[in-house]
Amino acid sequence: MIRFENVSVTYDGAPEPAVHGVDFEVPEGELVLLVGPSGVGKSTVLGAVSGLVPHFTGGTLHGRVTVAGRDTRTHKPRELADVVGTVGQDPLSHFVTDTVEDELAYGMESLGVPPAVMRRRVEETLDLLGLADLRNRPIATLSGGQRQRVAIGSVLTPHPRVLVLDEPTSALDPAAAEEVLAVLQRLVHDLGTTVLMAEHRLERVIQYADQVALLPGPGERPWLGTPSEVMAVSPVHPPVVGLGRLAGWSPLPLTVRDARRRAGPLRDRLADRRPPAHEPAPPPTATRRLFPRRKPDTPAPAHVAEVRSLAVRRDRVQALRGVDLAVVPGETIALMGRNGAGKSTLLSALVGLVAPSSGSVRTGGAVPHRTRPRDLVRRVGLVPQEPRDLLYADTVAAECAAADEDAGAEPGTCRALLTELLPSVADDTHPRDLSEGQRLTLALAVVLTARPPLLLLDEPTRGLDYAAKARLVTILRGLAAEGHAIVMATHDVELAAELAHRVVLLAEGEVIADGPAAEVVVTSPSFAPQVAKILAPQHWLTVSQVREALR
Amino acid sequence: MASFRSCGHACSPDCGQSCLPQSPKGPGRYPQGGTGGRWGSPRSWGSPRPSAAEGGGEAESGGGTPQTPGRATPPAQPQHRHSQLHPGAWWLWSLALGTAATRTTNPLLLTLLITVSAYVVATRRPHTPWSRSYGAFLKLALAVILIRLTFAVILGSPIPGTHTLIHLPEVPLPHWAQGIRLGGKVTAEALTFALYDALRLATLLICVGAANALANPSRLLKSLPGALYELGVAVVVALTFAPHLIADVQRLRAARRLRGRHDKGIRGLLQVGLPVLEGALERSVALAAAMDARGYGRTAQVPPAVRRTTAALTLGGLLGVCAGTYGLLTAEGGTYGLPVLLAGVAAALAGLWLGGRRTLRTRYRPDPWDIRAWLVTASGVAVAALLTLAASRDPAALHPGVVPLVAPTLPLWPAAAVLIGLLPAFITPAPEPKRTDTRKEPTT
Repeated sequence: MIRFENVSVTYDGAPEPAVHGVDFEVPEGELVLLVGPSGVGKSTVLGAVSGLVPHFTGGTLHGRVTVAGRDTRTHKPRELADVVGTVGQDPLSHFVTDTVEDELAYGMESLGVPPAVMRRRVEETLDLLGLADLRNRPIATLSGGQRQRVAIGSVLTPHPRVLVLDEPTSALDPAAAEEVLAVLQRLVHDLGTTVLMAEHRLERVIQYADQVALLPGPGERPWLGTPSEVMAVSPVHPPVVGLGRLAGWSPLPLTVRDARRRAGPLRDRLADRRPPAHEPAPPPTATRRLFPRRKPDTPAPAHVAEVRSLAVRRDRVQALRGVDLAVVPGETIALMGRNGAGKSTLLSALVGLVAPSSGSVRTGGAVPHRTRPRDLVRRVGLVPQEPRDLLYADTVAAECAAADEDAGAEPGTCRALLTELLPSVADDTHPRDLSEGQRLTLALAVVLTARPPLLLLDEPTRGLDYAAKARLVTILRGLAAEGHAIVMATHDVELAAELAHRVVLLAEGEVIADGPAAEVVVTSPSFAPQVAKILAPQHWLTVSQVREALR
Repeated sequence: MASFRSCGHACSPDCGQSCLPQSPKGPGRYPQGGTGGRWGSPRSWGSPRPSAAEGGGEAESGGGTPQTPGRATPPAQPQHRHSQLHPGAWWLWSLALGTAATRTTNPLLLTLLITVSAYVVATRRPHTPWSRSYGAFLKLALAVILIRLTFAVILGSPIPGTHTLIHLPEVPLPHWAQGIRLGGKVTAEALTFALYDALRLATLLICVGAANALANPSRLLKSLPGALYELGVAVVVALTFAPHLIADVQRLRAARRLRGRHDKGIRGLLQVGLPVLEGALERSVALAAAMDARGYGRTAQVPPAVRRTTAALTLGGLLGVCAGTYGLLTAEGGTYGLPVLLAGVAAALAGLWLGGRRTLRTRYRPDPWDIRAWLVTASGVAVAALLTLAASRDPAALHPGVVPLVAPTLPLWPAAAVLIGLLPAFITPAPEPKRTDTRKEPTT
């Protein structure tokens, strides 16, 4: 269905090809997953299918890509629109119209589908993707998962035979991601749609893949194989594979279910061992024991942040209600919950971006939304969902100098921090040219320049590959050990399992669970990490914990 | 190895067969039969979504209505779409009210016009983000009045008056600025005149705001003829650009606060300018790519003869329109002006119609122009026509004098005519009730 014949792509001005020697075929009706570390050209391969590379992006493509027998050389993207449906990383930049129903119809209108057929397909797609209740809603008011489903629906209505998806679940909470993946699986099974998909969060998608195309490194030839073959050697792999490799299982299990069936002996070996109480460097323990969680009458100074019965209304929506939270130094808290549960709002309230409509917020003894920004940065720092928002300057060096000035720190502080976190970055690089992980680290260094005792992170692992994530985990553990309190809002259950001492679950703006990470996530079906699912009822959360215990 | 470049089709000498003519499945020839395509076979989409709908469905659980698992049946809910009025009708109605406002300076009549349009907006505007723009237009109208009055106070007014309210110190100006006055006496007559004048402009603005609130302008653009469709999409995209830009500015100003800089003031705005523009540019490129990949700009093959005829008709028609308008406006062209104008319009329309054959595009559920649309339009036009008539019959009532200062009176018949504009509030369908679960994902 999709055929790459010795394809290499060189962008204008780039010294070497972005991808090289791509030569494989995706058969009809298969779901093929494209995996590899960041920056190996996954998006380029995906773009070549829809013809956007090179017709739209520029550059030179050698070799040949054919989709359903049409050569992308002679067919522009618009002439492939009826066979290929493409959804990019950011669904918002994909929408042309402003309501759900019109958006679903847009592609068909362009293709000239007769009105009666359009009408029926829109209804079918609304039902297929569970969007019927949202049909008249303006797209701007939808949540992340809803947007992603609308984006998929909008390319489904013209009935493409090939669907190309770039990170369809990265921005979604676990439940919404499963919803989207269930839809994809249904398309593959019932309709024989061919799906080519790139995704960093392999633990979510690997089980759905028929084949996996691995791009091992920049400029290296990709190869195609069955998931277990590829996972045996892949530099990127989900925790279930990590555990399988550790335990020496062969063939490698790819699903939690397969792994559980093999895990009997491993569970027995681990039965007499306990996971470390707080595997990530435990915080200064005296304060932790003195001030157990959520005790409103504890003296304030020990907390770096304290939230009491906080309620926030935003755009006539009750975003938070009755939230209590106390953060002590050295503690790492993961805020979890669905898209739109109020995680980001809570972080915004902690840095004073939104004012509480009732209740109180204090960070480091100050009321954040009344504090001057200059003073606030020394008490609390937030790395926003899009780290680029924090960066204005043209070069890394200028950015660091500006950060020193903003924070009133000694010149060179930020650069020293950055060198510690990310030694390889040159001074004259433009922040835009950094990879996602590097940009996040730069933003982190900028925020840390003011040495805030409380660090907030909003979705830090979005778009990061496993290597970048591992680096981030190391950095954050180091910070926690130094006594920084960290609160992060995340959908990444594996990250929460690695880092968090405490997990706070939010739903509809209320705290529904608050407790030690192991307890909260193990009992939750959507928020449990894979290792916890495999080794339940034992409280193991990560592969590294198991590795330590077996040593 | 064959190679090709994206721009143009400049092939390298060794490209061989890569520059062959278009394959048989060339542009626009993709068979789109009347059948349902691959999914067209009678297949039932019966079962509900397999997962997460009840337990953890993030989506609809935002705040309210419980999900029923069996959502299999096609939506039995009322088809709101058909109960929507054609957006063109709302625009014609609003613009007609605006036209009526230009015919009078009577503050009572103008206030009545504002009340009429505001009542219809209050009862009939849909609960959508763009319908909130009405408030912005109200503020703008108020600003217009204030600015006009301020100018009348500071710069004076040519209106002679005897009721002096205050005497501002007059700033002496050099001789080359003769005719401009700064300060001086402020008379009640001048202020009243300025108020009447500003109120008229404010009413016009509020009427445009009413049109915006009642019918999304992008829905109106969708009713454009096929040949202008791509232009329409460009305008729609440009319209959605502004809200995105504002959201970007807000986000980046918030981010400035995180850096410890002040997030208020002009300087803050200027410093986020470049990143905002960068982001906007990137978004437009991404959108253009998405639109291209979704088939925007596919054209059908039409015979060259048709293409040439289209070009000739459109160009000739536009020239005719220009010549005809010139004829109408000049004194000596009275005889040929109108016929040439009409012929030009006809030719241009024919060109548009013929040009529409090049686009493959079909329309999804176009808004029907039904009897209600006629009635709504007619009510607006009636108000405009009756006020125009009244203005020529009884100019004194519609333009109350300011010298000498008299209290304006409400002329009975024009007032009754304005009330005709209330008709849409009774004959158009009520908007669907506000949903309780319009839960928006926080964006910061």
